[in-house]
Amino acid sequence: MSKVSTEAPEVKSGVQPHVVKSEDVKPLQVLSLEGEVINPEYMPQLSDDQLKEVMYRMVFTRTWDDRAVNLGRQGRLGFYAPVSGQEATMVGSEYALTKEDFVCPGYRDMPQLVWHGLPLYQAFLYSRGHQHGGQIPEGVNVLMPQIIIGAQILHATGIGMGFKLKGEKRVAITYTGDGGSSEGDFYEGLNFAGSFKLPVIYFVQNNGYAITTPYAKQTGAQSIAHKALAAGIRGVQVDGMDVLAVISAVQEAAEIGRNGGGATLIEGLTYRFRPHSMADDATKYRTKEEEQEWNAKDPIVRFGKFLAKKGLWTEEDTARVKEEAKAAVNEHIKKAEQTEKMTVAGLIDSMFEQTPPHLEEQKADFQ
Amino acid sequence: MAQMTMIDAIRDAMRVELARDPSVLVFGEDVGHVGGVFRATEGLQKEFGEQRVFDTPLAESAIGGLAVGLGVQGFRPIAEIQFVGFIYEALDQMFVQAARMRYRSGGRYHSPIVFRTPFGGGVKAAELHTDSLEGLAIQTPGIKVIVPSNPYDAKGLLISAIRDNDPVFFMEHLNLYRAFRAEVPEGEYTVPIGKANIVREGKDITIIAYGLMVHTAVKAAEELEKSGVSAEVIDLRTLLPLDIDTIVASIQKTNRAIVVQEAQKTSGAAAEIIAQINEKAILHLEAPVLRVAGPDTVYPFAQIEDVWLPTPARIVKTANQVLQF
Repeated sequence: MSKVSTEAPEVKSGVQPHVVKSEDVKPLQVLSLEGEVINPEYMPQLSDDQLKEVMYRMVFTRTWDDRAVNLGRQGRLGFYAPVSGQEATMVGSEYALTKEDFVCPGYRDMPQLVWHGLPLYQAFLYSRGHQHGGQIPEGVNVLMPQIIIGAQILHATGIGMGFKLKGEKRVAITYTGDGGSSEGDFYEGLNFAGSFKLPVIYFVQNNGYAITTPYAKQTGAQSIAHKALAAGIRGVQVDGMDVLAVISAVQEAAEIGRNGGGATLIEGLTYRFRPHSMADDATKYRTKEEEQEWNAKDPIVRFGKFLAKKGLWTEEDTARVKEEAKAAVNEHIKKAEQTEKMTVAGLIDSMFEQTPPHLEEQKADFQ
Repeated sequence: MAQMTMIDAIRDAMRVELARDPSVLVFGEDVGHVGGVFRATEGLQKEFGEQRVFDTPLAESAIGGLAVGLGVQGFRPIAEIQFVGFIYEALDQMFVQAARMRYRSGGRYHSPIVFRTPFGGGVKAAELHTDSLEGLAIQTPGIKVIVPSNPYDAKGLLISAIRDNDPVFFMEHLNLYRAFRAEVPEGEYTVPIGKANIVREGKDITIIAYGLMVHTAVKAAEELEKSGVSAEVIDLRTLLPLDIDTIVASIQKTNRAIVVQEAQKTSGAAAEIIAQINEKAILHLEAPVLRVAGPDTVYPFAQIEDVWLPTPARIVKTANQVLQF
């Protein structure tokens, strides 16, 4: 038997200067669940039209998600990661940036790409496994969705370094989830950003589950936002069901990044209303009670109440946007379906700038 | 022309390209102020500044990912991975993220990156400093693989690699860094990627090699000469793309071949070369093509590396097997 005591060691009382301590963090909120402004000093400076645009995008995204799930069931889309519930973190964080800023997404972050400029039919082509889905148009500053969890965190770090070296006042934003914050690439990226003081925003959408593994099993850290401390960058926690809080946090982080103040890690507390993917069954690892609790925080309902009080939004507006979104989805899925199929020859020619002789030869096997 | 060691030639290639193209960057662990553990980048930071030649924190995956992000922003990164075994930490960024960037984006983005790393045995280095991992790389679509064997080729091939718009895994045999000096032209010149070099002409058997093994093969060829065998030695210089035409032309002349590699025997570059010889030259062969390689073990601790590595004697023995088939 081990002679090591299993009893907890006695904790010394009083100040211990040699022990690292950190304060707890409280998520930034601008709106109450009833849509009242509870934190006016963090209210982002947005015109009425801009506020309505944010709502438009959130409702559009929710409708697109509903339709995409159906298209998936019909076999008209391939791999698809649902987004309902995360509209505030996705739409809000992208809206807080300029089109010159650069987005490095994870696999669920298609809304940020589309609102940053990727045509919707290309998002559908990506899901359908067509190379044109990743053929980002000139002038649209995004990478393709990343499958290896956390790899994009390092790309954003390099892109941020590029902006700094060129003296451009731009920021890179990258997204991952609570699970992604456990990856080595996450820590390496934050540490590089701290060391080189890079204009990068690391946005963790903490939706409580890495596929099925709950947040409680993901980390022993005080919060994900606290992980910024070890890297020497700013750490921020935000209510990810409050779109105005998200916009406020990202705008501030972008301002700091553009002005040489370095990187920010933002943890947005959110929830995906649907399963991880079309192949996942969330009832196996989440309770009905928990789902109801989060449904009550629906970011669209909450922001809608705020807009309604200001007389900026009505049920009719929601109905109109839904119709527009449905029509857009119909049009873009048709365009995706009508896009000419990839060829093996085309695939071969996309491996290198100039196709080497051995690959030229291999083309012949497919003609 | 200057007399240079291979490490001098590699440094000179980076200096030429840093001076010529402002988008070229050099970074990695300890490459800045001191100039790298082998001094491959010595003096470059002083000449080109800390913005262009810099130390990174110690994290190989991040070095690779930084290079991919900078590549997207129009830079030409030369990322040093300090020793070959450390590429395992960076494999996703090198072999997935960089190598697939062009394909995944349908050509919208690419990764004009050179991943430089020292490799190779015979200097009694620590574990995981000396492995030959080119076999992993040549099985990876989207990345080119270069292994120079002398100072002239090292400089010309590295300049070609830096100017290439696709990622290149540039493997520098650390036993060649200061092994000898050779004439290297000043300024810029290129050695084309994908072009082998016949370093010794012969008519009885072809010995195919790369890196340090080119020199071991030449020693073996000199031994064979004593017994009246004329061996041709091919220095591949590039493993991907492979110059199969030069190999086939040589076999058409000699009708016999062996392949020498420092790496373990199974599924490596030699296996691929022999497969391609079967596809393109089998009717010219008088005997099977044999391999001289390390055994399928991990690279050994320093005590027995000199007997683990292919020697001239083993090459001669294998050549004789093929000649007497």
